[in-house]
Amino acid sequence: MRLVVVGNGMAGARLVSEVRARDKDVRITVFGAETWQPYNRVLLSNVLAGTSTPEQVRLLEPRWYADHNVTARLGVEVVAIDRDSGAVIAADGTREPYDVLVLATGSEPVVPPIPGVERATAFRTLDDCDRIRAAAESAAASEARAVVVGGGLLGIEAARGLAGRGVPVTLLHLAGHLMERQLDEEAGLILRETLRDLGVDIRTGVTVSAVREREVELSTGEALPADLVVMACGVRPVVGLARDAGLEVGRGVVVDDELRTDDPAIFAIGECAEHAGQVYGLVAPAWEQAAIVADLVTGTDKHARYRGSRLVTRLKARSVELAAMGETHLTEDEAEIVRFSHRHKGTYRKLVIRGDRLVGAILLGETAAVGTLTQLFDRGGPLPYDRAGLLFPGAGGAAVADSPMRMPDAARVCQCNNVTKGQIRACWESGARDVEAVAAATRATTGCGGCRDAVEGIVGWLCEQEGVSA
Amino acid sequence: MKPPLSTIGAMPTSLSDPAPVIAQVPAGSATHCPYCALQCGMYVTDGQITPREDIPANAGGLCQKGWTAAELLSSPERLTTPLLHGRPAGWDEALGFVADRIGAVRAEHGPDGVAVFGGGGLTNEKAYQLGKFARVALRTSQIDYNGRFCMSSAAAAANRAFGMDRGLPFPITDIDRADAVLLAGVNVAETMPPFVRHLSEMRAGGGRLIVVDPRLTQTARRADLHLQVTPGTDLALALGLLHIAVADGHADLGYLESRTTGFEAVRTSVSAWWPERVERVTGVPVALMREAVRILGEASRAMVLTGRGAEQHAKGTDTVTAFVNLALALGLPGREGSGYGCVTGQGNGQGGREHGQKADQLPGYRKIDDPAAREHVAAVWGVDPADLPGPGRSAYELLDSLGTPGGPKALLLFGSNPLVSAPRAGHVAERLAGLDLLVVSDFVLSETAAMADVVLPTTQWAEEAGTMTNLEGRVLLRRRAAEPPEGVRTDLEILRGLADRMGCGERFPTDPRTVFDELRAASAGGVADYSGITYERIAAETGVFWPCPATGAGEEPHPGTPRPFLDRFPTPDGRARMIAVEHRPPAEDVDEEFPVYLTSGRVLAHYQSGAQTRRIRPLTQAAPELFVELHPELAERLGVAPGDMVRVRGRRGAAEGVARVNDAIRPDTVFMPFHWEGVNRLTNPALDPVSRMPEFKVCAVAVERLAGEEGVA
Repeated sequence: MRLVVVGNGMAGARLVSEVRARDKDVRITVFGAETWQPYNRVLLSNVLAGTSTPEQVRLLEPRWYADHNVTARLGVEVVAIDRDSGAVIAADGTREPYDVLVLATGSEPVVPPIPGVERATAFRTLDDCDRIRAAAESAAASEARAVVVGGGLLGIEAARGLAGRGVPVTLLHLAGHLMERQLDEEAGLILRETLRDLGVDIRTGVTVSAVREREVELSTGEALPADLVVMACGVRPVVGLARDAGLEVGRGVVVDDELRTDDPAIFAIGECAEHAGQVYGLVAPAWEQAAIVADLVTGTDKHARYRGSRLVTRLKARSVELAAMGETHLTEDEAEIVRFSHRHKGTYRKLVIRGDRLVGAILLGETAAVGTLTQLFDRGGPLPYDRAGLLFPGAGGAAVADSPMRMPDAARVCQCNNVTKGQIRACWESGARDVEAVAAATRATTGCGGCRDAVEGIVGWLCEQEGVSA
Repeated sequence: MKPPLSTIGAMPTSLSDPAPVIAQVPAGSATHCPYCALQCGMYVTDGQITPREDIPANAGGLCQKGWTAAELLSSPERLTTPLLHGRPAGWDEALGFVADRIGAVRAEHGPDGVAVFGGGGLTNEKAYQLGKFARVALRTSQIDYNGRFCMSSAAAAANRAFGMDRGLPFPITDIDRADAVLLAGVNVAETMPPFVRHLSEMRAGGGRLIVVDPRLTQTARRADLHLQVTPGTDLALALGLLHIAVADGHADLGYLESRTTGFEAVRTSVSAWWPERVERVTGVPVALMREAVRILGEASRAMVLTGRGAEQHAKGTDTVTAFVNLALALGLPGREGSGYGCVTGQGNGQGGREHGQKADQLPGYRKIDDPAAREHVAAVWGVDPADLPGPGRSAYELLDSLGTPGGPKALLLFGSNPLVSAPRAGHVAERLAGLDLLVVSDFVLSETAAMADVVLPTTQWAEEAGTMTNLEGRVLLRRRAAEPPEGVRTDLEILRGLADRMGCGERFPTDPRTVFDELRAASAGGVADYSGITYERIAAETGVFWPCPATGAGEEPHPGTPRPFLDRFPTPDGRARMIAVEHRPPAEDVDEEFPVYLTSGRVLAHYQSGAQTRRIRPLTQAAPELFVELHPELAERLGVAPGDMVRVRGRRGAAEGVARVNDAIRPDTVFMPFHWEGVNRLTNPALDPVSRMPEFKVCAVAVERLAGEEGVA
């Protein structure tokens, strides 16, 4: 079988390695528009922030393709699909026949139609990242300013990264609050304050009307100094190839539960695909899809089906802990809402519950609950009756009665030798007046030694009591 | 027939008196505890036990198991006569019967018709002799042991990374001086309490302790940081920690350049495991992962130690490899005061996996399919290398094949109780029942012994001499400290008795020291080289670290090797090998029908299958029964109150236990100890592709309250 994959980003590269892991023989050719080896786009903001190196975001070793008998055509764009003969046509004129074709063309940044926008840099590829980093380095040296347009996930990560590099940065956002798709207004406000404290100046409800030399002009006519402008206004699926080939296209390339397009020989996965009306912009769904297509095309699991993904958005910005998942905008009329807000501390926690299941959550500010809640959301398991306990894990635990006085006689003081407070008291009553004597009689403290302080405390307390009563 | 006198009794008593401390100690035999791999030093005097101060592992400490160990010496449950189909029999009759039946099975099914199953509690001498008996007397390839269920994943990972598997490649006292220790799936506060003294010492000196465990165990309670990982996701966590270590600049690039290979590929592989993704898989918050890495990365002496919690998975080898990679990235192994180690479990878990009771192994940690190894060992044994069998089935595969067409029809079992300790135990019971012949050597009537055609009563721990290799790779001397009861024999004598009846008795000496001398020769030149170790040296030095090769006449004796990796790793190029590994979900994940994870483990008062400790009163008082630990949230949902009887049901079986409700466990998980029959009816025999370790630590179950069983608590 000949498998051709168009797109060598996170979805395409994942598919190739998943297929190869299942089948050593299938002939694989992968086309990638970028000349880089596939890399982890999720980590671009870390590269921008300087917390990851470009080498560290590589998803496959350069020699992986040769080692795994995969033909990689990097820097070669596919310009057409010839469905009649079953081949793709590359920009260099070559034809590559396929039995199965997988489109993983991803998405491209939305560039708003404003004058001078070409002066701005998108934030999508490792090359973009390089450009921004280079500009940021000279900007930091010359006390120049940066403007990031777009207060979604990527824009915030870029702004935080630039601020972390010492570049004064202003974040402009069209909507009334940050990350309005994932966050409610209050969370957006608290996030804004958290970012402000980290050196990101934020303006919401503003529209950029032009990008000029060293400044950005708002629709109000106000001009903001800007030596570096980063555009993070969202992405749109790359569907030209599919549309030109006559495949059904909505917002993305329309696929069924097998991730097949309306041509059974052609699949689409990742950010270019539209499944059940949904286009996913995160990597987790793309990787789930890659595994399913790999199961299907290799015959490993002919019954593999994609049923949609639960979305968890996790902001990757130093000193900002934010997780948002599911339906965060439901109202009290539509769902049970549990909320805790502590603006002063940058903390906001919200649970959205329906039918005793967690269907959405916002967690802003550091919390030990994030792991548990993400898993409850992912698994759709029933929630405990104590909703508050979900927001404040560990708070409900009974206080440990560790003072010698309050401890009941049955309490086990020495775990290693199973010695209770009552036994230590009895031992004391028959004459033992220090830890050594108690240890000799009961073996308490002779295991891990961790109860020595407790035994000392009990003996001391008993001696004290004796003094009091004497 | 009276057992022959052990010549060990004639050993000069001065050897048992290691210098200064001994003066205050009552006269008695300086020996070691019968239980775990810490092998605490103790004196046994007329059935009384006193801890030894001169053994660094316990330095005067003992847990309740150790203090009460002598009770089994005088237990009324002690077996003192062979049992043939349940009735008392003489040794001649019993051994004659076994030899005849073995002969018949071999005649019909060939040598592989007879299998041998050993244990990680057997002394080095017994483990060695058992391997030799299988290969030389029975000529069967079908031998493995319960250590496969213990350390095999760590062993496989250490071998492929370092070229050597020695539990801790440093003295345990190095822990005392560390700045940071990460324990992955290690609960020493329950399994080997005196170990905690070293952690306490470390913490008293400002060191930090990080514990990875799905439960807030007694060990985790002592930690500065507890990463409460979802069962079956330790591998993802290790990948995430490594990702952070590299991203945050904690990788020791100079060390990686000079002492390892494979870092590039590993770094690339962890690119896919960014912290937020790992958080979603493991449930461990990103902030805690970062803190853990910071603590380890900033420490000048740090250790990463794994235990069964990380290892007993169908991906255990890769999980350990991921933790080894983390340690290597931080530049720890082979640096004095730092390193990676496996906290070995069974008493002789270390030595037991070095000298040939493993299916693929010959003494000295040699590979049975290595022609040079076969030649060397065959020469020591006086046989033709071509006559040595090849590798056999791994422990679970062996048990699973018993009585099947093509599988063994007879089994000789020493030092193990698989009916309780093997995964999918209900199935294992069926397989054992399908045998033509089951022979069990034990000193009490364990659950497995109760099924046997022939039970051979053997000596225990304090009644015989031998060597044990503890978790540090330190070879220790177990001395005879009590007279065995009339009628029992040592395992060495039992093997001799069988060999006599098979016409090769002279090859199987019964004196432990003689066997040890032969082991030394057989191990010479191997990875685990014991040839320079003698009983006298062990006694004088309170233990000798292997490798310790023999030296020529007139040369200084080899000092032993406390820290084997300081100069180089025993790989062909001297470098540690980093190997990229991928996380995958548990072999059996939770779903609608079985929505809760089951994990299994230990409690302080019991050891292994409990065959010994469940017969000691103070221990059964401390931990009387099988229980099911569950979180208050889960208990509330199921309507379970503390003390209720609950049934835990899975795809392979069910078990019942008393509910213990506490928030030390994750709400999506229940815990059951495996010292009683029960939990292993549920556990999953999915095997690790490299180590053949079963997935003891995670499977999917449903939990329900048993109607009409109101709790009393």
